[in-house]
Amino acid sequence: MDWYPLLNSLRVAAISTSVTFFLGIFSAWHIARVPRALKGALDVALTLPLVLPPTVIGYFLLVLLGPKGPVGGPFLAWTGQRLVMTWFSAVFATVLVTFPLMYRTARGAFESMDPTLVYSAQTLGLSNPYIFWRIVMPVCRQGILAGTVLAFARALGEYGATSMVAGYTPGRTATISTTVYQLWREGDDALAFRWVLVNLAISCAVLLAVNLLERRESRHRGGNRFGAVC
Amino acid sequence: MALSVDIRKDFGGFQLEAAFEAGDETLALLGPSGCGKSLTLRAIAGIVTPDEGKILLDGRVLFDSAAHVNLPPQARRVGLLFQNYALFPHMTLEQNLLAALHQEPDRRVRKRKAAEALERFYLTGLERLRPAQLSGGQQQRAALARILVSRPALLMLDEPFSALDSHLRWEVEQEAAAVIEDFGGTTLLVSHSRDEVYRLADRIAVCRDGHIDAVGEKWDLFRDPVSYTGALLTGCKNLAPAQVSAGRVDVPQWGLTLTAPLPDRQVAWAGIRAHFLEAAEEPGENVFPYEVVRTVEDTFSYVLLIRKRGFEGPSLRWEMSKEAYHTLPANGLARLPPEALMLLTE
Repeated sequence: MDWYPLLNSLRVAAISTSVTFFLGIFSAWHIARVPRALKGALDVALTLPLVLPPTVIGYFLLVLLGPKGPVGGPFLAWTGQRLVMTWFSAVFATVLVTFPLMYRTARGAFESMDPTLVYSAQTLGLSNPYIFWRIVMPVCRQGILAGTVLAFARALGEYGATSMVAGYTPGRTATISTTVYQLWREGDDALAFRWVLVNLAISCAVLLAVNLLERRESRHRGGNRFGAVC
Repeated sequence: MALSVDIRKDFGGFQLEAAFEAGDETLALLGPSGCGKSLTLRAIAGIVTPDEGKILLDGRVLFDSAAHVNLPPQARRVGLLFQNYALFPHMTLEQNLLAALHQEPDRRVRKRKAAEALERFYLTGLERLRPAQLSGGQQQRAALARILVSRPALLMLDEPFSALDSHLRWEVEQEAAAVIEDFGGTTLLVSHSRDEVYRLADRIAVCRDGHIDAVGEKWDLFRDPVSYTGALLTGCKNLAPAQVSAGRVDVPQWGLTLTAPLPDRQVAWAGIRAHFLEAAEEPGENVFPYEVVRTVEDTFSYVLLIRKRGFEGPSLRWEMSKEAYHTLPANGLARLPPEALMLLTE
């Protein structure tokens, strides 16, 4: 059995999760602070990928990044590198699809945090980066962790947008989900089933890890350690 | 050392307008919830930005809309104790203090200063506990300790005792009083409790609908609260609309026309504190026959709800010691002493 789809899937999911992690948290933190009208508009734009069919996202990405597209064209002319139908093309697709998950969970966590924690830190003279990294992030870590795991799981299972932007080339762009589809289409049910089992195992491992983390968390916390905050 | 505030902000349905000055003293902002007193503290701290105005602290400009000065909270050196204390929940008590000492470069000095503060606030031995593991009183001491190690130029307390059980309040309040005295600089206290304010403050500003009505020595305010809000907030239980006509005060709701020294202002309300009603021996000025609507036995006193005999209207609250209750004359006459009557503006 050729393990390339597994490695490629993990690689794509890991890269896109790290990108979404920072992008999502950054947007969530700043959008919580903009005027209400602008916030509504940005919120719609940033959450849209969550409700759009992945194939529509794939279509937009192809139009944008394709060899004749407004981004893909100049990039190809400049570097000689295509942006679609390569293994990392899947990263564009998964980042777009997973971004709203990270953004929304992080924003929920930030908004449910007691704002006086930030205010009191400011009046104590603590710098804004300190407040963000040493107070906001630790206090909101449960929500942020949940968003990260969701984003990773979603990235691992992304099919629609990925198959359009990266295609299916064995050993080059194949991921687990595109491989399962391809094998089933070719009638290789036995191998497809093996990949299904691999996928199931990964998903179970992720969920198990989350549960373990949460349990350790609540033991550390001694129940109501966060008092009014959570 | 002085604070001078003159700010305005429009919150849509609510206009905040605060103007007052405070020296090395404790000034209380007394008002019902939603009157803008906490917002005033937040504006001084730099958390809320006023639309216009000026805030000066010890000659430093913290905010000046005309000169486009708006210092960030970090640069204001203003300590604000929040209602819920806002201790960082994921840090231990000691880490909370060390965070406030971040400007001290030497780690050993930071540790030493934190230990000193813990000792001063009777928190030694609790360093490794997290805020939720501390009692309400300990949390407040911890929050005060954290504020004072950051060496603020102004201390502000926002409803500092409202989160505490009533049996803890007295003790914590006395501790806070000692801290305020020790601090020695300008202290602002926000509260809706007249007793708290009377015990802790030197001067009192009465706050209503985003305006500060009156600033005065606390004794003056309790003797003559000037406005209806002032009377209500200082705990006056008997208030009724009143008109002055022919040198006398007409209070239709009580069915009485009363004599009282007339103040130099537009009188819209009359009031008298429940303790200041008297039993009268014989008919006379401001004396009326009363009937008892209800008698309430309180812990250490009796409260009679009375009204003029045969008159339909809201009752007057008359509070007296148990001893006085048992020796009440049988003639059923009560008196509103002219000097105890408060004549108030709208």
